Amino acid sequence: MCLGIPGEIIELDAERPGMATVDVAGARRQVNVLLLEEEGLGPGDWVLIHVGFALARIDEEEAQATLAYLEEMGQAYRDELRALSSTRPG
Amino acid sequence: MRFVDEYRDREKAQALAARIARHCEPGRRRGLMEICGGHTHTIYKHGIEGYLPPEVELVHGPGCPVCVIPMGRVDDAVWMAQQEGVILTSFGDLLRVPGGRGSFLDAKARGCDIRMVYSPLDALRVARENPHRRVVFMAIGFETTAPSTAMTVLRAAAEGIPNFSVFCNHVLVIPAMRAILAAPDLRIDGFIGPGHVSTVIGCEPYRFIAEEHRKPLVVSGFEPLDVLQSIEMLLAQLSEGRAAVENQYTRVVPWEGNPRALRAIDRVMEPRATFEWRGLGWIPDSALRLREEYAHLDAERLFELPQTRVPDPQACQCGEVLRGAIKPWECRVFGTACTPERPIGTCMVSSEGACAAYYNFGRFQRRRLREAAPA
Ligand code: SF4
Repeated sequence: MCLGIPGEIIELDAERPGMATVDVAGARRQVNVLLLEEEGLGPGDWVLIHVGFALARIDEEEAQATLAYLEEMGQAYRDELRALSSTRPG
Repeated sequence: MRFVDEYRDREKAQALAARIARHCEPGRRRGLMEICGGHTHTIYKHGIEGYLPPEVELVHGPGCPVCVIPMGRVDDAVWMAQQEGVILTSFGDLLRVPGGRGSFLDAKARGCDIRMVYSPLDALRVARENPHRRVVFMAIGFETTAPSTAMTVLRAAAEGIPNFSVFCNHVLVIPAMRAILAAPDLRIDGFIGPGHVSTVIGCEPYRFIAEEHRKPLVVSGFEPLDVLQSIEMLLAQLSEGRAAVENQYTRVVPWEGNPRALRAIDRVMEPRATFEWRGLGWIPDSALRLREEYAHLDAERLFELPQTRVPDPQACQCGEVLRGAIKPWECRVFGTACTPERPIGTCMVSSEGACAAYYNFGRFQRRRLREAAPA
């Protein structure tokens, strides 16, 4: 919950402004990107996601490093990823 | 994996260790506190202490939001879950946190409808899908999760969802640091600043630590080399007699943070006069509640909460661990009565808690160090 999870933006949701589909370690999910509106995000950009909201823009290098770090956290990270991919935002 | 190796390089780590040693005066202790549980995890997992001279002591701070939730708040949440027609939602991290009368897991076993969600937006969906139930989202976390709760409240207000409310338990990192700095048994010379909280609040709010308390703070990333480099930056400042706020994690943390996220928090929430932290007691201005404007979405105003107060269990020394006064293994019940499977204190529940991190990794690390040391 505290640690951001990196995700790559696949597409911005045309019907729901402020939402985007992201790929997080192979799982797809809708994420709110309104807090990074100024960044002009688009497909291929990486963001750090906290509980369903993108909070910071990062580059791919940082994303890979963070993913590796999270994998080492073991169960806690797996639980969070499962939660992330098994639920849908309202 | 090419990228990752850069942050793991043993040679780089050793070069940093050598620089760290040069900044230290023999016999002069330097206590450095990491605020964030993520850093605690890195330190134990990668055996960072093995790279440090004996003068440098790492002290673990209160930066795990699950660890600081007082038992009374858990009990109040369970009380709501027991009311007719209520669905309580929260993050999975809270499931095992002991309250005075058991955890959410125990309450679920007794038939309460408690659902774990990944995001407050998921809780909002639960509300939309269950129009005849009252859906409460128990919000916890520092400034990393507060913007998400705020945005969800704004959304619920805009859509006029009548059966959704938030039980707000967001806490603030700066007042917690002020409380630690005010403690009489303070043994800290510098701070490893939280990484992800700072993506929201930026680096400016830490300035008082350098200016009023003359202690350096370095905002740090989570890779082992990040943490080592931050320690090096802190010790360089100390040996030069400087105290400044520096940012080691520039690749993620902008100096000004995320102004949009800060505005969202400010629009929806206001500081509480005081809030109880498990182990640390009552800290003024240290938590957030919903503003009057959003009273119709505030579970604390909608329910007549019992406002349970539960003293921390006698055996538990979480407070001393959270203030850095003792190491996890110095707690009387560490690893015996208190384990991740059967936690007494919250520091053992969350994987970011100092006790759980030490239980999972630190023991092996200490043993390794002992074995490596010449007899
Ligand atoms: S070992 Fe358990 S009771 Fe002791 S400080 Fe850690 S979490 Fe608290």
